[in-house]
Amino acid sequence: MSDRSVPLFWRKSKQMYNLIGSECITCGTRYFPGRRICPQCRKEGQMHEFKFSGKGQVVTYSVVRDAPEGYELEVPYIVAIVQLEEGPRLTTPITYCDLDEIFIGMPVEACFRKLREAGDHGIIIYGYKFRPIKGAKPN
Amino acid sequence: MVGIVGYGIYIPRYRIKTEEIARIWGADGERVAKGLLVEEKSVPGTDEDAATMAVEAARNSVTQAQIDPTEIGAVYCGSESFPYAVKPTATIVAQAICASEHIQCADLEFACKAGSAGIQICMSHVIAKEMKYGMAIGTDCSQGKPRDALEYSASAGAASFIIGDDSREIIAEIEGTYSYTTDTPDFWRREGSEFPRHGSRFTGEPAYFAHVIAGAKGIMKKLELSVEDFNYAVFHMPNGKFPIKTGKTLGIPLDKVKPGLIVIRIGNTYSASSLIGLCRIFDLASPDERILCVSYGSGAGSDAFSFLMTENITEKRENSGVPTVDDYIEDKEYIDYALYAKHRRKIKKMM
Ligand SMILES: [Zn+2]
Repeated sequence: MSDRSVPLFWRKSKQMYNLIGSECITCGTRYFPGRRICPQCRKEGQMHEFKFSGKGQVVTYSVVRDAPEGYELEVPYIVAIVQLEEGPRLTTPITYCDLDEIFIGMPVEACFRKLREAGDHGIIIYGYKFRPIKGAKPN
Repeated sequence: MVGIVGYGIYIPRYRIKTEEIARIWGADGERVAKGLLVEEKSVPGTDEDAATMAVEAARNSVTQAQIDPTEIGAVYCGSESFPYAVKPTATIVAQAICASEHIQCADLEFACKAGSAGIQICMSHVIAKEMKYGMAIGTDCSQGKPRDALEYSASAGAASFIIGDDSREIIAEIEGTYSYTTDTPDFWRREGSEFPRHGSRFTGEPAYFAHVIAGAKGIMKKLELSVEDFNYAVFHMPNGKFPIKTGKTLGIPLDKVKPGLIVIRIGNTYSASSLIGLCRIFDLASPDERILCVSYGSGAGSDAFSFLMTENITEKRENSGVPTVDDYIEDKEYIDYALYAKHRRKIKKMM
């Protein structure tokens, strides 16, 4: 990752820190990442910023054992598709979760974590990951 | 009136036992644990650092305070383990709590007392009516050199406070603050050095004890209070023995010191140490109870505070749903030294 990609992460940091997407006031559909135009309502759609609660559940997951550059110390780790309680699905690492602990339907919540480091000298990228909600029962 | 409108903490989930560290170095674990009064310490995950812990604690404090984060006028982040040498952590926190961009932010450094220094600065802002709320955070994930005495205690955690002046919102009034500061090189880390160094036995009497005791006596004199006026006392906890000895010297009964003595279970969280202890007391204190809190930072200085609990504490504690200090202490997973080394990146150079 080169220093030239810094602006890309900077532009996305607001949505990555706080799960901020968008909602179409016309039809009520929520989007993450946010969109400017509602694909369902087109011109009639009226979009505004929407902050998600960060609560959701695991739809499916896989365990990464062979990590890409910058994630070597993280292996083995879990990547899951999480359905947010407000509707949209997103792909996210699951942290604070043992490999034998995860299951489909597991209730999870967003937390703030270090996502990756650009080597020893580059920027550090922060954002959301998801973690199990302690004591919560699957729906 | 100036005081705490909300507070929140964060302790990472992983723990390593003193015995396990001692096993690696062929030391007598039971003896080390008894000597330091540290049974186990918190260890951050590989994806956690002083910034992520500060954010988690800050979010808890905003939730508990039940305030609009855009009304926060300042964020001060105190640490000695900031993720960047140059690039503030306070700005990361401000954006992560959805604060406004019309805000002042700064990172503070004064060894283990940079967080309490932030509380003092926020008090001044609020008293001067420059802002409605200020946020002060102490956060650290410090490292001891392998085999050094500090390796048994250096741990990770964060505490965040929102300071305001509305008596309808304040859960603990700050009756006053007093600092005692001298130029004492008991502990240091040079730019580019990975681990701190310390003056060994020099760290006790002329450093920690002299400053913490002067701080405690100074605040009592300033406010015309005596030891009997306090229901609880919490001091910086580099280990369990120092704060207990401090209490004894000041004539404070042990049962007033014990509730804040979190170091036995989580180790020394540096800038967050006395502050997490203070939050544990906030978690259990009743209205009208008074708390003495003295932080300590090597180099050296102490910040002393007198807090008086208000009746607002009951409602905020019950309704905010924010995890307590004990919730964090009890949510734990033990790791062995090998995993610990991975977490602390001690194996980094081998890769
Ligand atoms: Zn629509």
